[in-house]
Amino acid sequence: MIHYVIRRLLLSVLLLLAASLMAFLILKAAPGDYFALLEADPRISQEHVEALRAAYGLDRPIHVQYGMWLSNAVRGNFGHSFAYKQPVSSVIGTRLFNTLILNICAICLTWFIAIPIGVYAAVRQYSLRDKVLSGFSFVGMSLPSFFSALLLLYLFASVLDVLPPGGLYSVQYPQMSVGEKLADVARHLVIPVVVLALTAMASLQRITRGNMLEVLGQQYVCTARAKGLSERQVVYKHALRNALNPLITIFGYEFGALLSGSALLEIILDYPGLGSLMYTAVRSQDQFLVMGGFMMGACMLLVGNLLAELLLAWVDPRISYR
Amino acid sequence: MSADETQAAATEPPRTPMRMALRRLRRHRMAIFASRILVILYVLTLFAGFFSPYDYDNERREHSYHPPQGIRFFDADGNFHGRPFVYATSYEFDEYFNRVWTVDTSVRYPLRFFARGDPYTIVGLFTWQRRLFTVEEPGRLYLLGADYRGRDLLSRILYGGRISLTIGLVGVSISFAIGMIVGGISGYVGGRTDFLIQRVCEMIMLIPGFYLLLVLRNTFPPGLSSVQVYFGIVFILAFIYWASFSRVIRGMVLSIREQEFVLAARAAGVPALRIIIRHVLPNTLSYAIVYVSLTIPYYILGESALSLIGLGIQDPVPSWGNLLQEAMSVPELKFHPWILIPGFFIFVAVMAFNFLGDGLRDALDPKTLAGTDS
Repeated sequence: MIHYVIRRLLLSVLLLLAASLMAFLILKAAPGDYFALLEADPRISQEHVEALRAAYGLDRPIHVQYGMWLSNAVRGNFGHSFAYKQPVSSVIGTRLFNTLILNICAICLTWFIAIPIGVYAAVRQYSLRDKVLSGFSFVGMSLPSFFSALLLLYLFASVLDVLPPGGLYSVQYPQMSVGEKLADVARHLVIPVVVLALTAMASLQRITRGNMLEVLGQQYVCTARAKGLSERQVVYKHALRNALNPLITIFGYEFGALLSGSALLEIILDYPGLGSLMYTAVRSQDQFLVMGGFMMGACMLLVGNLLAELLLAWVDPRISYR
Repeated sequence: MSADETQAAATEPPRTPMRMALRRLRRHRMAIFASRILVILYVLTLFAGFFSPYDYDNERREHSYHPPQGIRFFDADGNFHGRPFVYATSYEFDEYFNRVWTVDTSVRYPLRFFARGDPYTIVGLFTWQRRLFTVEEPGRLYLLGADYRGRDLLSRILYGGRISLTIGLVGVSISFAIGMIVGGISGYVGGRTDFLIQRVCEMIMLIPGFYLLLVLRNTFPPGLSSVQVYFGIVFILAFIYWASFSRVIRGMVLSIREQEFVLAARAAGVPALRIIIRHVLPNTLSYAIVYVSLTIPYYILGESALSLIGLGIQDPVPSWGNLLQEAMSVPELKFHPWILIPGFFIFVAVMAFNFLGDGLRDALDPKTLAGTDS
């Protein structure tokens, strides 16, 4: 087991290296660079722009640039953001918290609602309620997140006018008391959290239902029933625990997407998170910021996958890795 | 129905797996319904020029954000008209300079069927002017309302479907071809080739998809035509999605290559590439078909998302994603909610593909063979 983890980690490092090289090359393939905008400004001299490029090493050949970035990155220095004039780590740090709040709220909401619903639907398979629920989950799975965000904006921010139209803070935020501030942020979180949870909930509900149905057909469930356990105990103690195992993989996946999964939504709702930061960074070719964000996303994915495998081995003794 | 079935049983053609799968699919009512919806959507958009009243770029600025009109058979006095019509409309500015539209019941514009309108080409081959229905100038027909430049939203949606609905098919074909061949080689050849290919796939899958989409989009040189942007986006999406597909194909190939018929082919001296293409890959086809129908939505959504945030198809040319761009500002939404309508088309198309994929999975999955159908 330990050997497996070590081998996986070593392989992950190599993969990260390769992925960073690929990302760097793609970034460099884009026409122009961050300072191209300055060149268009007649008040800034060409020499000044060249000096800026030289200061960041952008005048060197690509392989030298990548080498410089890499040697700094392995020492924990991801460089400076051109636009924010700050180290990449601190720029990302300010946005990290917002994205984490958003995603953790959404994941909690998803799991607390979807799993009970999935179990409920499985226990009453082919009943009217089951069919209605699976209809809902099909709608939820097919509703694009950007569209449901726009629909909710229309309903709650414009027709009913009870929720704010995007962002995370009201204009009056700095003058508010602590309680009001919390309430203000919570109000701003409603639409993005609901949109994120809606899509995830639909698929999680379906998967839970499917797993549950499979487990309920097993012989040990029959045995549990035959020895006179209450239906409640059969469903929740014997069946549900086994049905939850495959969901661990999904949990790992969600962990991996924790920082990047909400990117599109953040852009649309003007939410000050990592996703919208990366969007502007990519657009303006703020290359070190982009690389930093990519590497963080990739690390999260690797950790998420590994976490899922280890958790799965932990809860299910039949699985062992060599 | 049952009489049909018994008769079919009497003169039943040989039971090939494909035929049995088709039969199971036909019983899947939602999948059949979904495929009909898709056929309708594709026909409507393929012949967008014929079905839409105007060209996608036919604008009338003074009709900016004209609200949707109803087609009427009865006029204001309750008289019936055999030929449906719309009323003339006019607007005034209120104190906030919003247009307030009023219906003028004294002027009727009857619908004209197969009338001459803006010229268009059918599938890029024939030029034609007849459109299914339109109204006589100076009247304008806005069944789903107009956008900010006074262009008919219905026409723009139908034209936009040409992009949004084909991007999935084209993109899936590309990643299907790459994924099948690369996955087949990786699984069949094994060894170092396999190791290398798998690491490349993992590398692509390691970077969050949406970020990868953004940077790849950024490599487009400025000033591309909309056709070039379209193909650029297709290739980007195919590049992102082929990796996970080829990994699954590889997994299936790993078990298929151990079977006797592969050994037989090898003993007969068939070259490796031919074995992969003729003997191994066809056995993965049923999974691949399901996969294809279930991933088409990702292409549709990918294009819509890019166009929505302004990185995809650019304005005069419509796509369902960039039509929604105007809906991203809440004030616009408040006064002109009909600009949300393109989103429903995305939703319906995605849901139809999901249902179809679900039905195909049930029909092609050998696990269900043991159960209902025998």
